Amino acid sequence: MTSPTQDALIANTGQAPVLLEARNVVKHFPIRTPEGKQQVQAVDGVSLKVRAGETLGLVGESGCGKSTFGRCLVRLIDVTSGQVIYDGEDITAMSRKALRKRRMDFQMVFQDPYASLNPRRRAAATVEEPMRTHELGTDAEIKQKALELLRVVGFDESFANRYPHEFSGGQRQRLGIARALALQPRLLIADEPVSALDVSIQAQVLNLLADLQDDNKLTYVFIAHDLAVVHHISDRIGVMYLGELVELGESTALYNNPRHPYTEALLSAIPVIDTESEVRERIVLTGDLPSPINKPPGCAFAARCRYVQDICIKEKPLLQMQSDGREVACHFPVA
Amino acid sequence: MSEPLLDVRDLRVSFRTRNGKVAAVDGISFQVGVGEVVGLVGESGSGKSVSMLSVLRLIDNPNCVVEGEVLFKGRDLLTMSDAEMRKIRGDEIAMIFQDPMTALTPVYTAGWHISEQIRAHEKVSKQAAMDRAVQLLDSVGIPNAKERVNSYPHEFSGGMRQRVVIAMALSCNPSLLIADEPTTALDVTIQAQILELLQNLQSDFGSSIVIITHDMGVVSQVSDRVMVMYGGRLVESGPRRDVMRDPLHPYTWGLMGSIPPTDGTRTPRLAAIPGAPISPSDPDRDRCLFSPRCRFASDACRPTPLLAMHTPGHMDACILPLAERPERRREALTPVEVTL
Repeated sequence: MTSPTQDALIANTGQAPVLLEARNVVKHFPIRTPEGKQQVQAVDGVSLKVRAGETLGLVGESGCGKSTFGRCLVRLIDVTSGQVIYDGEDITAMSRKALRKRRMDFQMVFQDPYASLNPRRRAAATVEEPMRTHELGTDAEIKQKALELLRVVGFDESFANRYPHEFSGGQRQRLGIARALALQPRLLIADEPVSALDVSIQAQVLNLLADLQDDNKLTYVFIAHDLAVVHHISDRIGVMYLGELVELGESTALYNNPRHPYTEALLSAIPVIDTESEVRERIVLTGDLPSPINKPPGCAFAARCRYVQDICIKEKPLLQMQSDGREVACHFPVA
Repeated sequence: MSEPLLDVRDLRVSFRTRNGKVAAVDGISFQVGVGEVVGLVGESGSGKSVSMLSVLRLIDNPNCVVEGEVLFKGRDLLTMSDAEMRKIRGDEIAMIFQDPMTALTPVYTAGWHISEQIRAHEKVSKQAAMDRAVQLLDSVGIPNAKERVNSYPHEFSGGMRQRVVIAMALSCNPSLLIADEPTTALDVTIQAQILELLQNLQSDFGSSIVIITHDMGVVSQVSDRVMVMYGGRLVESGPRRDVMRDPLHPYTWGLMGSIPPTDGTRTPRLAAIPGAPISPSDPDRDRCLFSPRCRFASDACRPTPLLAMHTPGHMDACILPLAERPERRREALTPVEVTL
């Protein structure tokens, strides 16, 4: 069951222009260890396209590099190699000054709504700041716009002069969203925007994000560890494991019919509420995520995979388009 | 039902603050049977953790007032001497906390943590306690337990640390295990491992488990019985199947509607609950505390509705006539434009 607008969006995204493209993005962090200098391979060659108007979900467990990748997409951190093309321009090669202007177009919403707000700045001032930085109008216009934005995310004027500590967690997150919208961006990168919130509040914020997308034709990159939430909000989902994209496909198809063994296990691990619907087979993975410092030469998931063969340990599978349009990095995709 | 293992009667926990008395737990009564797994669900501030902490008398805030009775194997824990309580804590009732890093001392090894606990309750040699620690680590699925017993907490991953904490909790074969959000800090694949472990422990050792969580999915997966808390009170309680398939209370409907469906369908909007959870310091308490957020609220929501039994073991505290509930529930699960 989808709304007509969403149906239209989903139908359209096939033709919609590519707004953001990551080309083989690599981010390594150098660290010192007793064995000498080494590299944490946080993001290891991720390529994907985000089309205008769609929501791309990025899912994976802690340490899989999804947040680092999200930060690379808006160049909050510089990539080690690779390119990020936004609307035809490579932002990794831009000058600081040009980037600053371009950033009006893509904004970020962070996980911890308290840490990402200035505790000494009132709600209205928080939302006004980006507009002042980019000199978008006179003082009166900016103040007016800020109040409007606060109203859009559900605050009346009485909230404008409050400090972040006077807001609850969900309200803070809405304030963070209002700030991100201040520059009328086309693209929002949301990094775990609901994971710190209680379920009832989480649902409110998810609904708000959906409404904002409909009203403002926004494009989202939605990063989260909760597959049910990602499936709910995304048109397409990319699954990351140990710095690599292991599967990419249309949201519902991927959710109902995972092709990569890791996606399959991840999905089966979601605790399902006992309703009449049938319960999927539970695959309990053994072991932990391998270290991103010395990554195994073959498939990163091989050590925990139940279908592992010799070739998986020797040769790294590449992300390849399957006959059903799904992209999977596996020598033996699940049927 | 035979004699319950834990019988909590009208437990009230309040804190004296500058702005008056704040009721964190507002008169809850429940029982935990032998070998039973009870899930306690609620959002932050609902009193789920505070209620179980006060069962173990772990709240040492001098401004905290605990009233009521907590009968464990027939004896009231709240009136026991500290020495007696100390014998029970860790030995007969053990607790697992959410954050496995802060539950462990960083300067001691996994083996030290476990053997220290064993030696606090039993007269055994250091070596014997250490041998037991190795066995325990092995039984909670830590590979290479013989060597890992000498590892420090920082050398374990999050999931492995939680296993160490569970091994500690099990070291004296407790008859009751209280697990406070044991998987919240963990990734889903690791969460699945830990939940499976808890289930095995329950079937192997026959311990009763109270699992505190905000995640309906977790509760649905492990518990025999589910209790839903809101504003320090129980609003619904019943066998897992009944609560999950046929929830009665509007708050439970709201909680379920807030979770994206896991059956592979997508909805454009979720049936979210409007507003924010009630503050424990809200002075207006002689009413259904959920009524300010409930779309079916009426004048009849005050005074406080009492818990009423509807089918065997399944009770809730709501004034809506039972016959209307299925219809209302359908309404509640249909998303509407909610004002934030």
